[in-house]
Amino acid sequence: MEVQNLTKHFPILGGILQRTVGYVYAVNGVNFSINKGETCGLVGESGSGKTTVGKLIVKLLEPTKGKIFFEKNDVTNLKGSDLKLYRRSVQMVFQDPYASLNPRMTVKDMLVEVMRSHKIYEGSEYEYAIKLLERVGMSEEHLYRYPHELSGGQRQRVVIARALCLDPKFIVLDEPTASLDVSVQAQILDLLKELQEKYNYSYLLITHNLAVVKYISKKIIVMYRGIVVEKAETNDLFKEPQHPYTISLLSAIPVPDPTLVRKKIILKGEPPDPIEPIKACPFQDRCPYVMAICKEKSPPEIDLGKGHIVKCWLKA
Amino acid sequence: MLLKVENLKVEFYTYRGVVHALNGVNFHLDKGEILGLAGETGSGKSVTSLAIQKLLPPNAKIISGKILFDGIDLVELNEDEMRKIRGKRIATIFQDPHTYLNPVFRIEKQFIDVLLAHDPDIKKVELKKEREKLARAKAIEMLKMVSMPAPERILKMFPHELSGGMKQRVLLALAFSLNPDLIIADEATTALDVTIQSQILDIMEKLRRGKNVSILFITHDLGLIAENCQRIAIMYGGRVVEFGDVKKVLTNPLHPYTQGLINALLRIDKDIKPVSIPGTVPDLVNLPLGCPFYSRCAYALDECNKSFPEPVIVDGVRVNCHLFARK
Ligand SMILES: Nc1ncnc2c1ncn2[C@@H]1O[C@H](COP(=O)(O)OP(=O)(O)OP(=O)(O)O)[C@@H](O)[C@H]1O
Ligand SMILES: Nc1ncnc2c1ncn2[C@@H]1O[C@H](COP(=O)(O)OP(=O)(O)OP(=O)(O)O)[C@@H](O)[C@H]1O
Ligand code: SF4
Ligand SMILES: [Mg+2]
Ligand SMILES: [Mg+2]
Repeated sequence: MEVQNLTKHFPILGGILQRTVGYVYAVNGVNFSINKGETCGLVGESGSGKTTVGKLIVKLLEPTKGKIFFEKNDVTNLKGSDLKLYRRSVQMVFQDPYASLNPRMTVKDMLVEVMRSHKIYEGSEYEYAIKLLERVGMSEEHLYRYPHELSGGQRQRVVIARALCLDPKFIVLDEPTASLDVSVQAQILDLLKELQEKYNYSYLLITHNLAVVKYISKKIIVMYRGIVVEKAETNDLFKEPQHPYTISLLSAIPVPDPTLVRKKIILKGEPPDPIEPIKACPFQDRCPYVMAICKEKSPPEIDLGKGHIVKCWLKA
Repeated sequence: MLLKVENLKVEFYTYRGVVHALNGVNFHLDKGEILGLAGETGSGKSVTSLAIQKLLPPNAKIISGKILFDGIDLVELNEDEMRKIRGKRIATIFQDPHTYLNPVFRIEKQFIDVLLAHDPDIKKVELKKEREKLARAKAIEMLKMVSMPAPERILKMFPHELSGGMKQRVLLALAFSLNPDLIIADEATTALDVTIQSQILDIMEKLRRGKNVSILFITHDLGLIAENCQRIAIMYGGRVVEFGDVKKVLTNPLHPYTQGLINALLRIDKDIKPVSIPGTVPDLVNLPLGCPFYSRCAYALDECNKSFPEPVIVDGVRVNCHLFARK
């Protein structure tokens, strides 16, 4: 999967005529590529455009600008049956497991619905449904339950099972373990790893939990206001974060050791309003190191080697 | 003591049979305390919070126990009496912002309606126009407080136009705005990045110190509990199995389940591979007679399969486990 200059601006409608009066600049020129069988973590502040990037990739949203390539083919403008085929290979597990499950359907109905709509499964639907549930650590017992009869974590597993149903090649995982306890979280992450080894899946993993990225992902992308501010191998990023935003992000991770005292870098200022077009560096208002040039010109992408890229004037 | 939950039992009636969701929950929360509540998915944390608010679905019933809130047993109250407490004295940030935010209304309407209905300062103003103006101003102030970018504009948006973390901040702002005595935060910061999360926890800490607010902080993130709570309660199979000082429980966990939980943590600070707990949770329809953790426990004794262990206090920490009952 490769995206080039991926951009999404949501129009804001206003007045009685519902004319466009401005834009939400959600995603602004994002570039990255993910190889087959690889996991790439996507982190960033809340509202920085991560879910929007995911939705653009699975083509639930049309990009304003930019291109998307899958297996070397340009899929930016796919339509009709080609799009349907693409959607089989590229799946998304949504952030909010409650919203993405139909409250009036049992777990089995939901799985069968996907199987039928894509006519993928010839054998017994019942057995395949059980097999999918077992893959995510659930069982036959849960087959006839409605979403409200499952706990938050169980629902999330159903959502993952449903994404696996079509045997995809690329999966966007939006906060896949946010609602799970740590033991189940470890199970699900091991499961995702195991499935990856077995079937060579590629993942784009969107999360606020940096420990999750550290555990499962070799590469990591950090976004701020719809812009990629840093990209690196996960280990390098944790060892030597370069962008001031990344540094503050890493310092704020809660650590489950009550004896440890750490200094958190608390960002001053308000988070940015995505309705303002971006001028120069997106982080300038909150950056502790801001310089005159940061307010004038957009910082260049500096390549520090080994694929470690940072967009900041400090490093130029 | 602000809240004391005593031997609370809740059942759900389903076509599969009776789901024993809560099987005698015991814990308490002081005024001006933040209590962390963690535990297995499906162990009953959200059901506990719904029971405290008396918002259980129609197929559920509190079959025994007490929920003492400021001396009043909420279990005994009827819906009218409960409505005076809910939202105003006890505010909840639900695990699922979706069921709480109505998709067809703008944030503005939803926020202002709550303030008009519950905020005493706003309610006493005579003119409707004035009331709405005040409510809008307060909504903006509260959204600013939770670090929401461009609050004026956010008010005009529909829930689906907000990111996950923005929806959560709307609910946080709503809960904070009514000056409650107790805030129940059910996974209320999971959709936020760590920098905004730590700002929200700063706000909670300020409310705790400044206004003596108590917070029941439900989360899977033991790191958050370690940094922000005084005490912790660990739930398993519809019961609190370990309850005590955060430092003690996290550095020296007693219950084998708590130990398993800590071993399963992904560590940023250390290079330890997480080990998940083998096995699965007990089926709450066929609840085992003994300790619900028996089938997964590495230290299980014979009696563990026979009876649920009585609470034992070890160095100030309460634990329900036969290993300690014996000593
Ligand atoms: N349908 C929409 N219409 C208008 N604006 C939208 C829409 N969807 C998202 N946005 C805006 O785009 C921006 C990015 O949202 P997105 O959901 O991608 O953020 P995110 O990085 O996933 O955040 P979070 O971590 O909180 O989930 C936000 O400002 C949001 O309000
Ligand atoms: N409406 C319902 N009908 C039947 N069973 C239910 C219902 N709501 C919850 N349950 C069951 O009650 C148990 C406790 O659920 P609860 O939502 O409290 O778990 P939780 O501890 O909050 O889990 P999580 O961490 O995943 O949010 C679960 O086994 C769940 O399946
Ligand atoms: S470019 Fe300037 S303002 Fe932006 S992050 Fe770097 S130092 Fe800070
Ligand atoms: Mg999101
Ligand atoms: Mg819950």
